[in-house]
Amino acid sequence: MGQFIQQLINGLTLGAVYGLIALGYTMVYGIIGMINFAHGDVYMVSAIMAVTFITLLSALGISSVPLMLVLVLVIVIALTSVYGWTVERTAYRPLRNSTRLAPLISAIGMSIFLQNMVQITQGARVKPVPTLLPGSLELFTANGFTVHLAYTQILIVLVTVALLIGFTALITRTSFGRQQRACEQDRTMTALLGINVDRTISLTFMLGAALAAVAGVMVTVYYGVVDFSIGFVAGIKAFTAAVLGGIGSLPGAMLGGLIIGMIESFWSAYLSPEYKDVATFVILILVLMFRPSGLLGRPEVEKV
Amino acid sequence: MSALNPHDPASPLLLEVENLTMRFGGLTALDNLSLQVPAGKVTSIIGPNGAGKTTFFNCLTGFYKPTEGSVRMHHPQRGPMLLNQMPSYHVARKAGVVRTFQNIRLFPNMTVLENLMVAQHNALQHASRFSLAGLLGLKDYRQAREAALEKARTWLTRLNLLDRADTVTGNLSYGTQRRIEIARALCVDPLLLCLDEPAAGLNPRESAELNELLLYLSREHGKGILLIEHDMSVVMRVSDHICVLNFGHKIAEGSPQHIQQDPHVIKAYLGEEDKDTEEAAA
Repeated sequence: MGQFIQQLINGLTLGAVYGLIALGYTMVYGIIGMINFAHGDVYMVSAIMAVTFITLLSALGISSVPLMLVLVLVIVIALTSVYGWTVERTAYRPLRNSTRLAPLISAIGMSIFLQNMVQITQGARVKPVPTLLPGSLELFTANGFTVHLAYTQILIVLVTVALLIGFTALITRTSFGRQQRACEQDRTMTALLGINVDRTISLTFMLGAALAAVAGVMVTVYYGVVDFSIGFVAGIKAFTAAVLGGIGSLPGAMLGGLIIGMIESFWSAYLSPEYKDVATFVILILVLMFRPSGLLGRPEVEKV
Repeated sequence: MSALNPHDPASPLLLEVENLTMRFGGLTALDNLSLQVPAGKVTSIIGPNGAGKTTFFNCLTGFYKPTEGSVRMHHPQRGPMLLNQMPSYHVARKAGVVRTFQNIRLFPNMTVLENLMVAQHNALQHASRFSLAGLLGLKDYRQAREAALEKARTWLTRLNLLDRADTVTGNLSYGTQRRIEIARALCVDPLLLCLDEPAAGLNPRESAELNELLLYLSREHGKGILLIEHDMSVVMRVSDHICVLNFGHKIAEGSPQHIQQDPHVIKAYLGEEDKDTEEAAA
């Protein structure tokens, strides 16, 4: 029982992180119909930046943890958004009107580029940061197993929930959100109504990168170590989450993230931690085979 | 026909098309087309299938870059501007030219009201300041939003759509969707409204309502209307001026009465009279 609750908590935390990254995949797919394979690496870049700024700010003598977290979040979100914008502007926009495959290949190229850039400039070693939020709540003990709720886990879940509320309001209630949904449904018509579609797409990439940045900072604070290669696996898992939830569906991405997080957490605890990645990819294959539109996605209707 | 004067207060010249040519490889879809469209009037473009009517619309709205020639919009406040050198979204935002499509292009997963709100995003976006004011619900944004809703409701009422405002558009009937498309275009506050076969698929009653609407928009609101239409009951009743295209050439131009009697037009629509039949008849 204790073990089960503990894994539920761990899974929820992990799922929140996957969900945040998955939102970026699903938004970009929704608006331009391509999988942004560089998204995982944008997340990695944000985690590396988090390490840099945590180290830098500690060196500057900032000792208040809340202040440090807010500062790091704001700086990393801003810089990562610029990365998101640049990736779209340089690697995808020039290929907007070419074949469907071209931006996909360019995305893989961008992913390799970002990884290598970080490896060369930051080195390949694993980068540790001091634990910002040590300690945990002891919830209860059952059969000699004490269930812990780490402060970092509370932080991750709270930040994710707050972010999702803001994000949902942005998409459903503001003019930008309406504009973004219009672009998803018909880009040509949206432009003919006087909306700058290119700008809307750029903003979507920046928004996706900003969400990934929050995930990157949270993971850095949670695990305390990052390196240049974390983007690939995290990216593929978040992509699986987006596909499981139904690619293009925003609530689906979050739901998919939570499910993937839970599966990974329970699989590691009860079966084998070595094969936890296999579990995720089996899900990807099963979803693609039996329910390609995902849990909350709409099946694509062919227009005649 | 005398040339239109952009400064004539009665019906100032809005759109001036000069020697417009559009080639796709070896195919000339539009050949040296010149046309003038005034405000407050309905100008129709007719012609058999493949005559280049829709290509012409595509050249107006930045969809195609014309091979030769120019499309100039005389904006009463902002002065003349070349539509063929503008990105699509400036055609609507800066020049005030909005079009509808032959096959309906509403946002099917949005409600009718949301469709009309998308068309007014420029005013809203301005008031929302990077969406912050929108998220926080500040006064400016609420006022802009109220104004946008009011405009949407005005056009919905005029087009008898108010009771459908919160329905998802994809679920509505064809005729209703056509009207929503026009209402949405009107929410952009266009000076020139380009309608591509708005009467297609409408029943006679709906078609009569459309006639009335087009006359209302041009006469009461001073909008320039450029109409592509096959339904002659609409074209002959509402048009002030008709331009007939065939294989990309302008073959005739003039008032509805004039067009109905033009031998070139009759030939293009009905084919040349066969010599054998003529002889047999004699």
